[in-house]
Amino acid sequence: MRATLLIARRELGSYLRTMSGYIIAAAVLLVDGILWNAFALGAQQDKHSAEVLSDFFYFSSGTTMIAAVFLAMRLVAEERQNGTLVLLTSSPVRDREIILGKFFSAFTFLAMVTLATAFMPALIMVNGKLSIGQVAAGYLGLLLLGSAALAIGTLGSALARSQVLAAIISGAMLVGLIVVWLLAAVSERPLNDVFLALALWGRHFPPFQAGVINLRDVAYYLLVTYFALFAATRVLEARRWQ
Amino acid sequence: MIEVRELTKYFGARAAIRELNFDIRPGEVVGFVGLNGAGKTTTLKILGCVLLPSSGQVRVDGLEVTAEPHEVRRKIGFLPDVPPLYDEMTVGGYLAFAARLRGVSGRDAPARVQESEDKLALRDMHDEIISTLSYGYRQRVGVAQALVHRPRLLILDEPAAGLDPVQIVEMRNLIRRLRGEHTVLISSHFLAEISQTCDRLLVIQAGEIVAQGTEEELAASLGTAGEIEVALRGPAATALEVARKVPGVLDAQIAHSAAHETVLKIRAREDCRPEIARALVLAGHQLLRLDRGASRLESIFIELSHRERLS
Ligand SMILES: Nc1ncnc2c1ncn2[C@@H]1O[C@H](COP(=O)(O)OP(=O)(O)O)[C@@H](O)[C@H]1O
Ligand SMILES: [Mg+2]
Repeated sequence: MRATLLIARRELGSYLRTMSGYIIAAAVLLVDGILWNAFALGAQQDKHSAEVLSDFFYFSSGTTMIAAVFLAMRLVAEERQNGTLVLLTSSPVRDREIILGKFFSAFTFLAMVTLATAFMPALIMVNGKLSIGQVAAGYLGLLLLGSAALAIGTLGSALARSQVLAAIISGAMLVGLIVVWLLAAVSERPLNDVFLALALWGRHFPPFQAGVINLRDVAYYLLVTYFALFAATRVLEARRWQ
Repeated sequence: MIEVRELTKYFGARAAIRELNFDIRPGEVVGFVGLNGAGKTTTLKILGCVLLPSSGQVRVDGLEVTAEPHEVRRKIGFLPDVPPLYDEMTVGGYLAFAARLRGVSGRDAPARVQESEDKLALRDMHDEIISTLSYGYRQRVGVAQALVHRPRLLILDEPAAGLDPVQIVEMRNLIRRLRGEHTVLISSHFLAEISQTCDRLLVIQAGEIVAQGTEEELAASLGTAGEIEVALRGPAATALEVARKVPGVLDAQIAHSAAHETVLKIRAREDCRPEIARALVLAGHQLLRLDRGASRLESIFIELSHRERLS
Protein backbone atom coordinates (compact mmCIF):
# COMPACT_ATOMS: atom_id res chain seq x y z
CA MET A 1 0.00 0.00 0.00
CA ARG A 2 2.86 2.34 0.88
CA ALA A 3 4.46 1.72 -2.51
CA THR A 4 1.09 2.17 -4.23
CA LEU A 5 0.69 5.63 -2.72
CA LEU A 6 4.29 6.55 -3.50
CA ILE A 7 3.87 5.59 -7.12
CA ALA A 8 0.46 7.27 -7.36
CA ARG A 9 1.83 10.50 -5.93
CA ARG A 10 4.81 10.59 -8.27
CA GLU A 11 2.62 9.78 -11.23
CA LEU A 12 0.11 12.48 -10.37
CA GLY A 13 3.00 14.92 -10.06
CA SER A 14 4.11 13.99 -13.55
CA TYR A 15 0.61 14.77 -14.96
CA LEU A 16 0.92 18.19 -13.34
CA ARG A 17 4.53 18.80 -14.40
CA THR A 18 4.15 17.84 -18.05
CA MET A 19 2.00 19.23 -20.83
CA SER A 20 0.00 16.11 -21.62
CA GLY A 21 -2.14 16.32 -18.48
CA TYR A 22 -3.09 19.95 -19.10
CA ILE A 23 -3.79 19.31 -22.75
CA ILE A 24 -6.19 16.49 -21.91
CA ALA A 25 -7.87 18.57 -19.19
CA ALA A 26 -8.23 21.55 -21.49
CA ALA A 27 -9.60 19.39 -24.31
CA VAL A 28 -12.22 17.81 -22.05
CA LEU A 29 -13.40 21.16 -20.74
CA LEU A 30 -13.44 22.69 -24.21
CA VAL A 31 -15.33 19.85 -25.87
CA ASP A 32 -17.81 19.58 -23.01
CA GLY A 33 -18.30 23.35 -23.14
CA ILE A 34 -18.99 23.32 -26.88
CA LEU A 35 -21.41 20.39 -26.59
CA TRP A 36 -23.07 22.08 -23.63
CA ASN A 37 -23.69 25.18 -25.71
CA ALA A 38 -24.92 23.23 -28.70
CA PHE A 39 -27.07 20.62 -26.97
CA ALA A 40 -28.25 22.05 -23.72
CA LEU A 41 -28.45 25.78 -24.24
CA GLY A 42 -29.04 25.91 -27.98
CA ALA A 43 -31.95 24.51 -30.01
CA GLN A 44 -35.18 24.58 -28.07
CA GLN A 45 -35.10 26.87 -25.09
CA ASP A 46 -38.05 25.24 -23.38
CA LYS A 47 -36.34 21.98 -22.38
CA HIS A 48 -36.87 20.69 -18.87
CA SER A 49 -33.91 21.06 -16.53
CA ALA A 50 -33.85 17.29 -15.98
CA GLU A 51 -33.59 16.73 -19.73
CA VAL A 52 -30.79 19.26 -20.10
CA LEU A 53 -28.90 17.57 -17.29
CA SER A 54 -29.44 14.13 -18.80
CA ASP A 55 -28.07 15.39 -22.13
CA PHE A 56 -25.06 16.80 -20.33
CA PHE A 57 -24.22 13.48 -18.71
CA TYR A 58 -24.87 11.72 -22.01
CA PHE A 59 -22.16 13.56 -23.92
CA SER A 60 -19.89 13.84 -20.90
CA SER A 61 -19.80 10.05 -20.74
CA GLY A 62 -18.24 10.07 -24.22
CA THR A 63 -15.59 12.68 -23.44
CA THR A 64 -14.80 10.93 -20.14
CA MET A 65 -14.12 7.62 -21.89
CA ILE A 66 -11.94 9.25 -24.52
CA ALA A 67 -10.04 11.23 -21.89
CA ALA A 68 -9.53 8.01 -19.92
CA VAL A 69 -7.89 6.32 -22.90
CA PHE A 70 -5.54 9.25 -23.44
CA LEU A 71 -4.71 9.53 -19.74
CA ALA A 72 -4.03 5.81 -19.38
CA MET A 73 -2.07 5.18 -22.57
CA ARG A 74 1.19 6.50 -21.11
CA LEU A 75 0.94 4.73 -17.75
CA VAL A 76 3.01 1.63 -18.50
CA ALA A 77 3.88 1.97 -22.19
CA GLU A 78 5.74 5.28 -21.77
CA GLU A 79 7.81 3.87 -18.93
CA ARG A 80 8.64 0.81 -20.97
CA GLN A 81 9.62 3.03 -23.93
CA ASN A 82 11.85 5.23 -21.76
CA GLY A 83 13.32 2.36 -19.79
CA THR A 84 12.11 3.83 -16.48
CA LEU A 85 9.91 0.83 -15.68
CA VAL A 86 13.08 -0.92 -14.50
CA LEU A 87 13.28 1.51 -11.57
CA LEU A 88 9.98 0.07 -10.33
CA THR A 89 10.54 -3.58 -11.28
CA SER A 90 14.02 -3.66 -9.67
CA SER A 91 12.61 -2.30 -6.40
CA PRO A 92 10.91 -4.38 -3.72
CA VAL A 93 7.48 -3.47 -5.07
CA ARG A 94 4.78 -5.85 -6.23
CA ASP A 95 3.48 -5.65 -9.78
CA ARG A 96 0.02 -5.20 -8.28
CA GLU A 97 1.23 -2.11 -6.44
CA ILE A 98 2.73 -0.67 -9.61
CA ILE A 99 -0.53 -1.09 -11.54
CA LEU A 100 -2.70 0.18 -8.68
CA GLY A 101 -0.49 3.21 -8.06
CA LYS A 102 -0.64 4.17 -11.70
CA PHE A 103 -4.37 3.61 -11.90
CA PHE A 104 -5.05 5.71 -8.78
CA SER A 105 -3.05 8.63 -10.11
CA ALA A 106 -4.86 8.62 -13.43
CA PHE A 107 -8.20 8.24 -11.67
CA THR A 108 -7.50 11.17 -9.36
CA PHE A 109 -6.61 13.32 -12.33
CA LEU A 110 -9.66 12.23 -14.31
CA ALA A 111 -11.88 12.87 -11.29
CA MET A 112 -10.49 16.40 -10.92
CA VAL A 113 -11.12 17.14 -14.58
CA THR A 114 -14.59 15.61 -14.49
CA LEU A 115 -15.62 17.52 -11.38
CA ALA A 116 -14.25 20.71 -12.93
CA THR A 117 -17.12 20.53 -15.44
CA ALA A 118 -19.62 20.98 -12.60
CA PHE A 119 -20.02 24.68 -13.38
CA MET A 120 -22.00 23.74 -16.49
CA PRO A 121 -24.89 21.98 -14.72
CA ALA A 122 -24.65 24.68 -12.05
CA LEU A 123 -25.60 27.19 -14.77
CA ILE A 124 -29.02 25.55 -14.92
CA MET A 125 -29.80 27.24 -11.63
CA VAL A 126 -29.75 30.59 -13.44
CA ASN A 127 -33.15 29.97 -15.02
CA GLY A 128 -34.27 26.54 -13.93
CA LYS A 129 -34.51 24.12 -11.06
CA LEU A 130 -31.58 21.82 -10.38
CA SER A 131 -31.98 18.40 -8.80
CA ILE A 132 -28.92 17.85 -6.66
CA GLY A 133 -29.72 14.13 -6.56
CA GLN A 134 -29.58 13.86 -10.33
CA VAL A 135 -26.31 15.78 -10.48
CA ALA A 136 -24.76 13.54 -7.81
CA ALA A 137 -25.95 10.36 -9.55
CA GLY A 138 -24.73 11.61 -12.90
CA TYR A 139 -21.27 12.38 -11.59
CA LEU A 140 -21.09 9.06 -9.76
CA GLY A 141 -21.91 7.40 -13.08
CA LEU A 142 -19.22 9.41 -14.88
CA LEU A 143 -16.61 8.49 -12.27
CA LEU A 144 -17.54 4.79 -12.38
CA LEU A 145 -17.53 4.72 -16.17
CA GLY A 146 -14.25 6.64 -16.14
CA SER A 147 -12.76 4.17 -13.69
CA ALA A 148 -13.71 1.22 -15.90
CA ALA A 149 -12.37 2.96 -19.02
CA LEU A 150 -9.13 3.88 -17.23
CA ALA A 151 -8.64 0.31 -16.05
CA ILE A 152 -9.11 -0.91 -19.62
CA GLY A 153 -6.68 1.79 -20.74
CA THR A 154 -4.17 0.61 -18.15
CA LEU A 155 -4.46 -2.92 -19.49
CA GLY A 156 -3.90 -1.62 -23.04
CA SER A 157 -0.88 0.32 -21.83
CA ALA A 158 0.57 -2.75 -20.14
CA LEU A 159 0.10 -4.80 -23.31
CA ALA A 160 1.52 -2.30 -25.79
CA ARG A 161 5.09 -1.50 -26.66
CA SER A 162 4.36 2.15 -27.42
CA GLN A 163 1.88 4.77 -26.28
CA VAL A 164 0.21 5.07 -29.68
CA LEU A 165 -0.29 1.33 -29.80
CA ALA A 166 -1.64 1.45 -26.24
CA ALA A 167 -4.25 4.04 -27.21
CA ILE A 168 -5.29 1.94 -30.22
CA ILE A 169 -5.57 -1.29 -28.22
CA SER A 170 -7.49 0.36 -25.37
CA GLY A 171 -9.75 2.20 -27.81
CA ALA A 172 -10.51 -1.06 -29.60
CA MET A 173 -11.30 -2.84 -26.33
CA LEU A 174 -13.60 0.00 -25.23
CA VAL A 175 -15.44 0.19 -28.54
CA GLY A 176 -15.76 -3.60 -28.46
CA LEU A 177 -17.32 -3.47 -25.01
CA ILE A 178 -19.71 -0.73 -26.07
CA VAL A 179 -20.93 -2.30 -29.31
CA VAL A 180 -21.66 -5.56 -27.55
CA TRP A 181 -24.86 -3.69 -26.87
CA LEU A 182 -25.68 -3.62 -30.60
CA LEU A 183 -25.27 -7.40 -30.72
CA ALA A 184 -28.06 -7.68 -28.21
CA ALA A 185 -30.44 -6.12 -30.71
CA VAL A 186 -29.78 -8.81 -33.31
CA SER A 187 -29.54 -11.86 -31.05
CA GLU A 188 -32.08 -14.23 -29.46
CA ARG A 189 -33.36 -14.33 -25.96
CA PRO A 190 -30.88 -15.71 -23.41
CA LEU A 191 -27.91 -14.46 -25.38
CA ASN A 192 -29.07 -10.87 -25.76
CA ASP A 193 -29.44 -10.55 -22.00
CA VAL A 194 -25.82 -11.55 -21.58
CA PHE A 195 -24.75 -9.01 -24.18
CA LEU A 196 -26.79 -6.32 -22.48
CA ALA A 197 -25.31 -7.10 -19.09
CA LEU A 198 -21.79 -7.02 -20.52
CA ALA A 199 -22.04 -3.80 -22.50
CA LEU A 200 -20.05 -0.94 -21.05
CA TRP A 201 -22.59 1.79 -21.72
CA GLY A 202 -25.94 0.63 -23.11
CA ARG A 203 -27.83 -0.61 -20.08
CA HIS A 204 -25.61 0.53 -17.23
CA PHE A 205 -25.05 4.21 -17.83
CA PRO A 206 -28.47 5.72 -18.75
CA PRO A 207 -29.93 5.19 -15.24
CA PHE A 208 -27.21 7.44 -13.78
CA GLN A 209 -28.05 10.04 -16.42
CA ALA A 210 -31.63 10.09 -15.18
CA GLY A 211 -30.57 10.26 -11.54
CA VAL A 212 -31.15 6.62 -10.66
CA ILE A 213 -28.43 4.65 -8.85
CA ASN A 214 -28.76 0.88 -9.19
CA LEU A 215 -26.49 -1.34 -7.17
CA ARG A 216 -26.27 -3.60 -10.23
CA ASP A 217 -24.76 -0.83 -12.36
CA VAL A 218 -22.32 0.28 -9.66
CA ALA A 219 -21.18 -3.32 -9.17
CA TYR A 220 -20.77 -3.76 -12.93
CA TYR A 221 -18.36 -0.85 -13.29
CA LEU A 222 -16.38 -1.86 -10.21
CA LEU A 223 -16.07 -5.41 -11.55
CA VAL A 224 -14.87 -4.24 -14.95
CA THR A 225 -12.29 -2.05 -13.17
CA TYR A 226 -11.16 -4.96 -11.02
CA PHE A 227 -10.82 -7.46 -13.85
CA ALA A 228 -9.01 -5.07 -16.16
CA LEU A 229 -6.51 -4.12 -13.44
CA PHE A 230 -6.06 -7.77 -12.52
CA ALA A 231 -5.30 -8.59 -16.17
CA ALA A 232 -2.89 -5.64 -16.38
CA THR A 233 -1.02 -6.98 -13.33
CA ARG A 234 -0.77 -10.39 -14.95
CA VAL A 235 0.58 -8.86 -18.15
CA LEU A 236 3.24 -7.00 -16.18
CA GLU A 237 4.21 -10.21 -14.38
CA ALA A 238 4.44 -12.10 -17.65
CA ARG A 239 6.71 -9.39 -19.12
CA ARG A 240 9.36 -10.35 -16.58
CA TRP A 241 10.14 -13.26 -18.87
CA GLN A 242 11.09 -11.02 -21.78
CA MET B 1 27.59 -12.92 -2.01
CA ILE B 2 26.47 -14.08 -5.47
CA GLU B 3 26.41 -17.68 -6.61
CA VAL B 4 25.41 -18.33 -10.19
CA ARG B 5 24.84 -21.92 -11.28
CA GLU B 6 24.02 -23.17 -14.76
CA LEU B 7 22.23 -19.91 -15.53
CA THR B 8 20.52 -20.02 -18.92
CA LYS B 9 18.18 -17.61 -20.66
CA TYR B 10 16.42 -18.27 -23.92
CA PHE B 11 14.70 -15.61 -26.00
CA GLY B 12 12.51 -17.75 -28.20
CA ALA B 13 14.69 -20.57 -29.46
CA ARG B 14 17.93 -18.61 -29.09
CA ALA B 15 20.01 -18.76 -25.94
CA ALA B 16 21.30 -15.32 -24.95
CA ILE B 17 23.33 -16.90 -22.15
CA ARG B 18 24.13 -20.57 -21.63
CA GLU B 19 24.97 -22.38 -18.39
CA LEU B 20 26.88 -19.59 -16.70
CA ASN B 21 28.71 -20.46 -13.49
CA PHE B 22 30.51 -17.96 -11.31
CA ASP B 23 30.80 -16.68 -7.76
CA ILE B 24 31.37 -13.24 -6.37
CA ARG B 25 32.67 -12.85 -2.85
CA PRO B 26 31.57 -10.10 -0.47
CA GLY B 27 33.47 -6.86 -0.99
CA GLU B 28 34.84 -7.77 -4.40
CA VAL B 29 34.73 -5.43 -7.35
CA VAL B 30 34.23 -7.63 -10.39
CA GLY B 31 34.31 -6.59 -14.04
CA PHE B 32 32.00 -8.34 -16.48
CA VAL B 33 33.47 -7.95 -19.94
CA GLY B 34 32.29 -9.00 -23.35
CA LEU B 35 31.62 -7.65 -26.81
CA ASN B 36 28.22 -6.19 -27.70
CA GLY B 37 25.61 -8.93 -27.78
CA ALA B 38 27.69 -11.27 -25.61
CA GLY B 39 24.94 -11.49 -22.99
CA LYS B 40 26.07 -9.02 -20.31
CA THR B 41 22.81 -7.10 -20.05
CA THR B 42 20.77 -10.30 -20.00
CA THR B 43 22.85 -11.71 -17.13
CA LEU B 44 22.78 -8.49 -15.12
CA LYS B 45 19.01 -8.10 -15.57
CA ILE B 46 18.55 -11.55 -14.09
CA LEU B 47 20.84 -10.71 -11.17
CA GLY B 48 18.97 -7.42 -10.77
CA CYS B 49 15.67 -9.34 -10.48
CA VAL B 50 13.99 -7.68 -13.43
CA LEU B 51 14.23 -10.64 -15.80
CA LEU B 52 13.43 -14.27 -15.03
CA PRO B 53 15.88 -16.98 -16.15
CA SER B 54 14.87 -19.97 -18.27
CA SER B 55 16.80 -22.28 -15.99
CA GLY B 56 19.60 -22.35 -13.45
CA GLN B 57 20.00 -20.70 -10.05
CA VAL B 58 21.14 -17.35 -8.79
CA ARG B 59 21.64 -16.91 -5.07
CA VAL B 60 22.33 -13.56 -3.47
CA ASP B 61 23.39 -13.87 0.17
CA GLY B 62 21.96 -17.37 0.12
CA LEU B 63 18.55 -16.18 -1.14
CA GLU B 64 17.23 -17.67 -4.35
CA VAL B 65 16.43 -14.85 -6.78
CA THR B 66 13.33 -16.45 -8.29
CA ALA B 67 11.94 -17.65 -4.96
CA GLU B 68 12.48 -14.49 -2.90
CA PRO B 69 12.84 -11.63 -5.35
CA HIS B 70 11.60 -9.07 -2.85
CA GLU B 71 14.24 -9.85 -0.26
CA VAL B 72 16.94 -9.88 -2.92
CA ARG B 73 15.81 -6.54 -4.40
CA ARG B 74 16.24 -4.91 -1.02
CA LYS B 75 19.92 -5.87 -1.02
CA ILE B 76 20.61 -4.79 -4.59
CA GLY B 77 21.18 -1.51 -6.37
CA PHE B 78 20.78 -1.85 -10.11
CA LEU B 79 21.76 0.49 -12.91
CA PRO B 80 20.32 -0.89 -16.17
CA ASP B 81 21.97 -0.21 -19.54
CA VAL B 82 19.58 2.73 -20.01
CA PRO B 83 19.45 4.79 -16.77
CA PRO B 84 15.80 4.74 -15.59
CA LEU B 85 15.39 8.51 -15.18
CA TYR B 86 12.11 10.42 -14.95
CA ASP B 87 12.96 13.46 -17.06
CA GLU B 88 10.42 15.81 -15.54
CA MET B 89 11.61 15.32 -11.93
CA THR B 90 14.37 17.14 -10.09
CA VAL B 91 17.49 15.16 -9.18
CA GLY B 92 16.66 15.40 -5.47
CA GLY B 93 13.01 14.48 -5.94
CA TYR B 94 13.93 11.55 -8.12
CA LEU B 95 16.52 10.17 -5.71
CA ALA B 96 14.10 10.56 -2.79
CA PHE B 97 11.47 8.63 -4.75
CA ALA B 98 13.98 5.85 -5.51
CA ALA B 99 14.99 5.68 -1.84
CA ARG B 100 11.39 5.48 -0.65
CA LEU B 101 10.62 2.75 -3.20
CA ARG B 102 13.43 0.64 -1.71
CA GLY B 103 11.97 1.00 1.76
CA VAL B 104 13.90 3.98 3.19
CA SER B 105 11.61 5.83 5.59
CA GLY B 106 10.43 9.35 4.85
CA ARG B 107 12.49 10.60 7.77
CA ASP B 108 15.75 9.03 6.58
CA ALA B 109 15.27 9.76 2.88
CA PRO B 110 16.72 13.33 2.76
CA ALA B 111 19.93 12.20 4.46
CA ARG B 112 20.31 9.23 2.10
CA VAL B 113 19.69 11.44 -0.90
CA GLN B 114 22.37 13.83 0.29
CA GLU B 115 24.77 10.98 0.93
CA SER B 116 24.38 9.58 -2.59
CA GLU B 117 24.61 13.05 -4.13
CA ASP B 118 27.86 13.59 -2.25
CA LYS B 119 29.28 10.29 -3.47
CA LEU B 120 28.58 11.17 -7.09
CA ALA B 121 29.39 14.87 -6.88
CA LEU B 122 25.79 15.82 -7.62
CA ARG B 123 25.21 18.24 -4.77
CA ASP B 124 24.94 21.27 -7.03
CA MET B 125 22.42 19.46 -9.21
CA HIS B 126 19.94 18.74 -6.41
CA ASP B 127 17.28 21.12 -7.73
CA GLU B 128 17.95 20.68 -11.44
CA ILE B 129 15.32 19.09 -13.66
CA ILE B 130 16.74 15.81 -14.99
CA SER B 131 15.88 16.57 -18.64
CA THR B 132 18.24 19.57 -18.52
CA LEU B 133 21.27 17.50 -17.43
CA SER B 134 24.11 16.54 -19.74
CA TYR B 135 24.73 12.91 -20.61
CA GLY B 136 27.52 12.51 -18.05
CA TYR B 137 25.37 13.85 -15.23
CA ARG B 138 22.44 11.65 -16.23
CA GLN B 139 24.70 8.63 -16.00
CA ARG B 140 25.76 9.73 -12.50
CA VAL B 141 22.18 10.19 -11.37
CA GLY B 142 21.65 6.64 -12.62
CA VAL B 143 24.43 5.37 -10.36
CA ALA B 144 23.17 7.51 -7.46
CA GLN B 145 19.72 5.91 -7.70
CA ALA B 146 21.34 2.48 -7.49
CA LEU B 147 23.10 3.20 -4.20
CA VAL B 148 20.71 5.61 -2.48
CA HIS B 149 19.30 2.86 -0.24
CA ARG B 150 22.79 1.62 0.73
CA PRO B 151 22.54 -1.79 -0.93
CA ARG B 152 25.22 -4.37 -0.18
CA LEU B 153 25.44 -5.32 -3.84
CA LEU B 154 25.70 -2.90 -6.74
CA ILE B 155 25.08 -4.06 -10.28
CA LEU B 156 26.08 -1.51 -12.89
CA ASP B 157 25.46 -2.18 -16.58
CA GLU B 158 27.97 -0.21 -18.67
CA PRO B 159 28.04 2.91 -16.48
CA ALA B 160 30.82 4.39 -18.60
CA ALA B 161 29.28 3.74 -22.02
CA GLY B 162 29.08 6.87 -24.12
CA LEU B 163 31.12 9.02 -21.76
CA ASP B 164 34.04 11.10 -23.00
CA PRO B 165 37.58 10.31 -21.77
CA VAL B 166 37.45 12.86 -18.93
CA GLN B 167 34.11 11.55 -17.74
CA ILE B 168 35.38 7.97 -17.95
CA VAL B 169 38.21 8.86 -15.57
CA GLU B 170 35.71 10.57 -13.24
CA MET B 171 33.38 7.57 -13.32
CA ARG B 172 36.32 5.28 -12.61
CA ASN B 173 37.26 7.33 -9.55
CA LEU B 174 33.67 7.33 -8.35
CA ILE B 175 33.49 3.58 -8.61
CA ARG B 176 36.79 3.21 -6.79
CA ARG B 177 35.29 5.11 -3.88
CA LEU B 178 32.47 2.55 -3.68
CA ARG B 179 34.94 -0.20 -2.86
CA GLY B 180 34.65 -1.39 0.72
CA GLU B 181 31.06 -0.27 1.15
CA HIS B 182 29.56 -2.37 -1.58
CA THR B 183 30.17 -5.52 -3.51
CA VAL B 184 30.22 -4.33 -7.12
CA LEU B 185 29.56 -6.07 -10.42
CA ILE B 186 30.18 -3.77 -13.33
CA SER B 187 29.97 -4.54 -17.03
CA SER B 188 31.72 -3.10 -20.02
CA HIS B 189 32.38 -3.93 -23.64
CA PHE B 190 35.70 -2.15 -23.33
CA LEU B 191 38.22 -4.00 -21.20
CA ALA B 192 40.68 -1.19 -20.52
CA GLU B 193 37.84 0.95 -19.18
CA ILE B 194 37.24 -1.24 -16.15
CA SER B 195 40.35 -3.39 -15.69
CA GLN B 196 41.92 -0.76 -13.42
CA THR B 197 38.87 -0.58 -11.19
CA CYS B 198 38.27 -4.28 -10.74
CA ASP B 199 39.76 -7.00 -8.56
CA ARG B 200 38.75 -9.67 -10.97
CA LEU B 201 37.36 -10.05 -14.46
CA LEU B 202 34.73 -12.34 -15.93
CA VAL B 203 34.94 -12.58 -19.69
CA ILE B 204 31.74 -13.49 -21.48
CA GLN B 205 31.64 -14.45 -25.11
CA ALA B 206 28.54 -15.46 -27.07
CA GLY B 207 26.63 -16.26 -23.90
CA GLU B 208 29.37 -18.24 -22.17
CA ILE B 209 32.03 -17.38 -19.63
CA VAL B 210 35.28 -18.08 -21.45
CA ALA B 211 37.73 -16.90 -18.81
CA GLN B 212 37.84 -15.48 -15.32
CA GLY B 213 40.48 -14.25 -12.93
CA THR B 214 42.74 -11.26 -12.38
CA GLU B 215 44.34 -9.54 -15.31
CA GLU B 216 47.58 -11.43 -14.57
CA GLU B 217 45.85 -14.77 -14.38
CA LEU B 218 44.08 -14.20 -17.66
CA ALA B 219 47.31 -13.18 -19.33
CA ALA B 220 49.12 -16.22 -17.91
CA SER B 221 46.42 -18.67 -18.93
CA LEU B 222 46.64 -17.37 -22.48
CA GLY B 223 50.41 -17.37 -22.52
CA THR B 224 50.50 -13.66 -23.22
CA ALA B 225 52.51 -12.83 -20.09
CA GLY B 226 55.70 -12.36 -22.07
CA GLU B 227 54.45 -10.07 -24.82
CA ILE B 228 56.93 -7.31 -25.38
CA GLU B 229 56.97 -4.42 -27.78
CA VAL B 230 60.19 -2.73 -28.89
CA ALA B 231 60.66 0.44 -30.90
CA LEU B 232 64.11 1.10 -32.31
CA ARG B 233 66.07 2.85 -35.03
CA GLY B 234 68.27 0.80 -37.30
CA PRO B 235 67.92 -2.00 -39.84
CA ALA B 236 64.80 -4.00 -39.05
CA ALA B 237 66.00 -7.36 -40.34
CA THR B 238 69.11 -7.50 -38.19
CA ALA B 239 67.14 -6.33 -35.14
CA LEU B 240 64.81 -9.25 -35.68
CA GLU B 241 67.76 -11.64 -35.89
CA VAL B 242 69.19 -10.29 -32.64
CA ALA B 243 65.87 -10.41 -30.77
CA ARG B 244 65.18 -14.00 -31.81
CA LYS B 245 68.52 -15.12 -30.40
CA VAL B 246 67.84 -13.79 -26.90
CA PRO B 247 67.28 -16.77 -24.56
CA GLY B 248 63.61 -17.17 -23.61
CA VAL B 249 62.25 -15.47 -26.72
CA LEU B 250 59.80 -17.71 -28.54
CA ASP B 251 59.00 -15.57 -31.51
CA ALA B 252 59.60 -12.08 -32.87
CA GLN B 253 57.92 -10.21 -35.68
CA ILE B 254 58.12 -6.81 -37.30
CA ALA B 255 54.91 -5.06 -36.38
CA HIS B 256 55.67 -2.11 -38.56
CA SER B 257 58.71 -0.53 -40.08
CA ALA B 258 59.32 3.03 -41.21
CA ALA B 259 62.41 5.13 -41.92
CA HIS B 260 62.55 6.64 -38.46
CA GLU B 261 61.22 3.77 -36.38
CA THR B 262 60.81 0.00 -36.43
CA VAL B 263 58.45 -1.74 -34.03
CA LEU B 264 59.01 -5.38 -33.10
CA LYS B 265 56.50 -7.59 -31.33
CA ILE B 266 58.19 -10.25 -29.28
CA ARG B 267 56.73 -13.24 -27.53
CA ALA B 268 58.80 -14.66 -24.73
CA ARG B 269 58.40 -17.35 -22.09
CA GLU B 270 58.59 -14.70 -19.43
CA ASP B 271 59.29 -11.04 -19.10
CA CYS B 272 62.85 -10.76 -20.42
CA ARG B 273 62.99 -7.07 -21.23
CA PRO B 274 66.48 -6.46 -19.73
CA GLU B 275 68.06 -9.19 -21.84
CA ILE B 276 66.43 -7.92 -25.01
CA ALA B 277 67.52 -4.36 -24.31
CA ARG B 278 71.10 -5.39 -23.70
CA ALA B 279 71.25 -7.53 -26.82
CA LEU B 280 69.85 -4.82 -29.09
CA VAL B 281 72.08 -2.09 -27.76
CA LEU B 282 75.17 -4.32 -28.01
CA ALA B 283 74.24 -4.99 -31.64
CA GLY B 284 74.35 -1.24 -32.27
CA HIS B 285 70.63 -0.43 -32.48
CA GLN B 286 69.21 2.76 -31.10
CA LEU B 287 66.56 1.78 -28.60
CA LEU B 288 63.56 4.17 -28.49
CA ARG B 289 61.01 2.34 -26.42
CA LEU B 290 60.57 -1.01 -24.71
CA ASP B 291 57.43 -2.14 -22.91
CA ARG B 292 55.16 -5.02 -22.22
CA GLY B 293 52.54 -5.49 -24.95
CA ALA B 294 51.09 -2.00 -25.26
CA SER B 295 47.40 -2.79 -25.00
CA ARG B 296 47.91 -6.02 -23.21
CA LEU B 297 44.34 -6.28 -22.06
CA GLU B 298 42.90 -5.66 -25.45
CA SER B 299 45.08 -8.39 -26.86
CA ILE B 300 43.80 -10.77 -24.18
CA PHE B 301 40.33 -9.86 -25.19
CA ILE B 302 40.90 -10.20 -28.90
CA GLU B 303 42.71 -13.47 -28.29
CA LEU B 304 39.76 -14.82 -26.35
CA SER B 305 37.24 -13.76 -28.96
CA HIS B 306 39.43 -15.29 -31.61
CA ARG B 307 39.72 -18.64 -29.89
CA GLU B 308 35.99 -18.72 -29.44
CA ARG B 309 35.41 -18.13 -33.10
CA LEU B 310 37.88 -20.84 -34.13
CA SER B 311 36.45 -23.48 -31.84
N1 LIG C 1 14.35 -9.05 -25.06
C1 LIG C 1 15.07 -9.76 -25.95
N2 LIG C 1 14.45 -10.50 -26.90
C2 LIG C 1 15.17 -11.22 -27.78
N3 LIG C 1 16.50 -11.27 -27.83
C3 LIG C 1 17.19 -10.56 -26.92
C4 LIG C 1 16.52 -9.76 -25.94
N4 LIG C 1 17.45 -9.17 -25.16
C5 LIG C 1 18.65 -9.57 -25.65
N5 LIG C 1 18.50 -10.41 -26.69
C6 LIG C 1 19.60 -11.07 -27.43
O1 LIG C 1 20.45 -11.70 -26.51
C7 LIG C 1 21.82 -11.52 -26.86
C8 LIG C 1 22.57 -10.89 -25.69
O2 LIG C 1 22.17 -9.56 -25.54
P1 LIG C 1 22.66 -8.63 -24.35
O3 LIG C 1 22.52 -9.38 -23.08
O4 LIG C 1 21.92 -7.35 -24.47
O5 LIG C 1 24.20 -8.42 -24.70
P2 LIG C 1 25.23 -7.31 -24.20
O6 LIG C 1 24.61 -6.58 -23.07
O7 LIG C 1 26.44 -8.09 -23.79
O8 LIG C 1 25.52 -6.43 -25.36
C9 LIG C 1 21.83 -10.65 -28.10
O9 LIG C 1 22.03 -11.49 -29.20
C10 LIG C 1 20.46 -10.04 -28.14
O10 LIG C 1 20.05 -9.85 -29.46
MG1 LIG D 1 24.30 -4.49 -22.90
